[in-house]
Amino acid sequence: MPSIQNRNIASVIVDADKCIADKGCRVCIDVCPTDILVLDPAQGKVRMAYDECWYCLPCEHDCPTKAIRVEIPYLLR
Amino acid sequence: MSTREQTVDILVIGGGTAGPIAAIKAKAKAPHLKVLLLDKANVKRAGAIAEGMDSVNNAVIPGHATPEQYVKEITIANDGIVNQAAINAYAVRSHDMIRELDSWGVKFEKDETGDYAVKKVHHLGAYVLPMPEGYNVKKVIFKQLRKQGVAVSNRLTTTRLLVGSDGRIAGAMALDSRSGEFVVIRAKAVVLCTGAAGRLGLPSSGYLFGTYENPTNAGDGYSMAYHAGAELSGLECFQINPLIKDYNGPACAYVTGPFGGYTVNAKGERFIKSDYWSGQMMLEFWRELEGGNGPVFLKLDHLADETVTKIENVLHITERPTRGLFHEGRGTDYRTDLVEMHISEIGLCGGHSASGVWVDEHARTTVPGLYAAGDLCNVAHNYMLGAMVFGQIAGEDAVDFIADKEPAEVDAAAVAAERERIFAPLLREEGIPPTQVEYKLRRLVNDYLQPPKVTRKMLIGLQRFAEIRADLAQMKAENPHELMRAMEAHAILDCAELAAAASLYRTESRWGLYHYRTDYPERDDAEWFHFVQVKKGNDGRPQCFKRAVPPYLYPIDADERDAYDQLRVDAPLAA
Ligand SMILES: Cc1cc2nc3c(=O)[nH]c(=O)nc-3n(C[C@H](O)[C@H](O)[C@H](O)COP(=O)(O)OP(=O)(O)OC[C@H]3O[C@@H](n4cnc5c(N)ncnc54)[C@H](O)[C@@H]3O)c2cc1C
Ligand code: SF4
Ligand code: SF4
Repeated sequence: MPSIQNRNIASVIVDADKCIADKGCRVCIDVCPTDILVLDPAQGKVRMAYDECWYCLPCEHDCPTKAIRVEIPYLLR
Repeated sequence: MSTREQTVDILVIGGGTAGPIAAIKAKAKAPHLKVLLLDKANVKRAGAIAEGMDSVNNAVIPGHATPEQYVKEITIANDGIVNQAAINAYAVRSHDMIRELDSWGVKFEKDETGDYAVKKVHHLGAYVLPMPEGYNVKKVIFKQLRKQGVAVSNRLTTTRLLVGSDGRIAGAMALDSRSGEFVVIRAKAVVLCTGAAGRLGLPSSGYLFGTYENPTNAGDGYSMAYHAGAELSGLECFQINPLIKDYNGPACAYVTGPFGGYTVNAKGERFIKSDYWSGQMMLEFWRELEGGNGPVFLKLDHLADETVTKIENVLHITERPTRGLFHEGRGTDYRTDLVEMHISEIGLCGGHSASGVWVDEHARTTVPGLYAAGDLCNVAHNYMLGAMVFGQIAGEDAVDFIADKEPAEVDAAAVAAERERIFAPLLREEGIPPTQVEYKLRRLVNDYLQPPKVTRKMLIGLQRFAEIRADLAQMKAENPHELMRAMEAHAILDCAELAAAASLYRTESRWGLYHYRTDYPERDDAEWFHFVQVKKGNDGRPQCFKRAVPPYLYPIDADERDAYDQLRVDAPLAA
């Protein structure tokens, strides 16, 4: 059963200049109910890993540096 | 894939709204007990109230409403099929819960005299208490959890309950969706608070997570209770809500109504007398959408600028705070534009309609030691405050239940079987991604179960669902996160089959659009003035049966009975 890769645009945008995940911050990763934010180990920054966002905002509201901007997912924009 | 084991006194599953209160109240009553609260997400921001709520939909406050009025209104709105004792158990505790939340720091709207500023949104009585500053509910409750010393575990997706050989609850099994560990928790009592089955239908946007409900509530609790042998009730009484089209969140009539907003058709005419969500209201809404007068809109453009600003300061800040962002993207301004409305996907939810795990007025399910509270249980129209009150009832009753009891024996074979079921998609070399299975399943739910319900379509639906069941054995998960989604797909399929079985069993129409069957269009009280229950039969298949409606505490007069059938505005009023 071979499979193919799917491509989706990210609707949760992380400002790499503001994100302090490399200093140990994990707040957004912790609070996201659908658990879709991950640490990108190469960059030391957070990114959206799954297209499973409820556009609910705990990540944006709890981020200490205001590094996250949540957009409405493309399909329902 | 290691196994972690733990033993507690009371296990509360689901740390959204009902669960934290259950844990707080159990611990407050018996501080020496080990109470564990676990959640698939993070309790701090889990559940429907993560960003607060904009109103209490069903406050029963002396001077504004009595328990009798409230119980009667919900009885009428639910076409008579209620256990009044359970609704009354909420109603008599409603005011105390509000006062307690108030003392903890939750803000409710008050008038100049300091009295709660209750508004009328329902058809008959006044029960809506606005919370314009209600964004902090979850934070306030989290503080109380800490204060009481409740143990919390996050990122645990519970997949099955354990039942002892004596039929008593024995605990639960879960997947740690971060580490991939298998977790077995033994407990003397379990309180299930896993919310609605919110990922049943597919939103018309096609976005799997663009649901009305918090999408972590995939219906796991319905599936777990079913497999544990509990009775479920009213699964044919679907949840369908009138929502902002595409955004798929509430508009919300309970906020805008008291300020003068209302629902109109394409001609700008009002067509329903009450915007309170009921099956009858949804039927009128659907008729308008599908008839020549659609689409349907929320109308605010006649309101004064400062009133609209007040509405924005609620709708765009609490509950679903991205509403403003969505409108901005479409160039919609409440001052000049109507907001296009639509009908949500179907779900199962006790808190909004009446579909859930059967509980009595003590929140007890039919499995000894297993409790259910919140949207998962079948106490009709219970909403946020009802979830909290039933959490309280469950937590306190569980303390009494476990007195002098040892944990029930755990069946090692059941544990081994569940371990194998959970990890199969991870061990498989290749296969279908869980989200693709979920997409197809939920698209089929729309095609075959979305009301109006048609017998032949539901029968075809059951055939398609059986094919999906074979696909479940072909799922491939790449990591623990995808494994969680795979387990959710199992639960969603159970919910779809149970909803179809219950819908086919009730051969009449009831609750407006929620159970509108075109081939049985009339309500038939002689045959169907009963609950429809479903449980796992001896053959392992869903078995439906009737359960009598318990005698009313507050009888309903013949002239009151049909009030909710007269929601349509007689002659269209000019807007
Ligand atoms: C958008 C929206 C607006 C609403 N507005 C209002 C309002 O204005 N007024 C009002 O009174 N009511 C409102 N409600 C209803 C109210 O929020 C709910 O009735 C109430 O919060 C339900 O509480 P609950 O504890 O049952 O579910 P939730 O608070 O959703 O909690 C369920 C929890 O269970 C967890 N969970 C699910 N599955 C598992 C599993 N397998 N293992 C472990 N954990 C699991 C979830 O992560 C979640 O945290 C609204 C609901 C929604 C969705
Ligand atoms: S909360 Fe903000 S700063 Fe912290 S990891 Fe997330 S994006 Fe980075
Ligand atoms: S908006 Fe909600 S679901 Fe989306 S990433 Fe942020 S916390 Fe997660």
